[in-house]
Amino acid sequence: MSDMDPKDELVTHLPALRAFALSLTRNRSTADDMMQDTVLKAWSNMDKFQVGTNMRAWLFTILRNNYYSSRRKLNREVADVDNVFSDTLSVKPDHDGRLQMMDFRDAFEKLADEHREALILVGASGFSYDDAAEMCGVATGTMKSRVNRARAKLTELLQLNDDEVLELTDPATMAVVGSPNLPS
Amino acid sequence: MASKDDPKQARIDSYIDQNLKKVFSELEQDRMPSEIVDLLSVLRAQDEELKTKK
Repeated sequence: MSDMDPKDELVTHLPALRAFALSLTRNRSTADDMMQDTVLKAWSNMDKFQVGTNMRAWLFTILRNNYYSSRRKLNREVADVDNVFSDTLSVKPDHDGRLQMMDFRDAFEKLADEHREALILVGASGFSYDDAAEMCGVATGTMKSRVNRARAKLTELLQLNDDEVLELTDPATMAVVGSPNLPS
Repeated sequence: MASKDDPKQARIDSYIDQNLKKVFSELEQDRMPSEIVDLLSVLRAQDEELKTKK
């Protein structure tokens, strides 16, 4: 990646940036606004990007700062949510595992912003606790605590402490559930 | 995390992470909005214009 023109590299991060925007905002229209703003800011400030550092982290940071800043400006505590997660369902719920996947999306959507964000950064995007903490402007311990609380909340919402629930999600089921290539 | 010492918790954490990755992966495959594609075209065209002016 280091030999690539940073502006070309930016384009390669757009699918992940959009996934992050959708996860954070839970609203397509807001996510698209945040994306446009982020791309514009990143493009016009590319000279400030330090080559060799993590561009994805840089882009995610710009986007999340935009999002929280616009929320503050609008004085909105509660975001408009438009079922982004259930709208992206690639399969119809005719199987226990698929139903579970819907439950998971529903539960994930219910998490507080900071918890959803922490899980996406650390659990889904693979950022280290240190990197995720820096991106969110908090201490590493705070990030760890957010991830743990988010997991605990999901465990509670999905009743994962009930042994039967996890037994439904064997490796074979997991290989099929949520596969984006399955016809709807 | 406690999960290292607690197999059940480790299983729950693994379940959550696997599902998170699936959700994120599906969102990554969502079609890129045309506004973003158009914006990139405009930005690239502006860059080219600046290059030729120099």
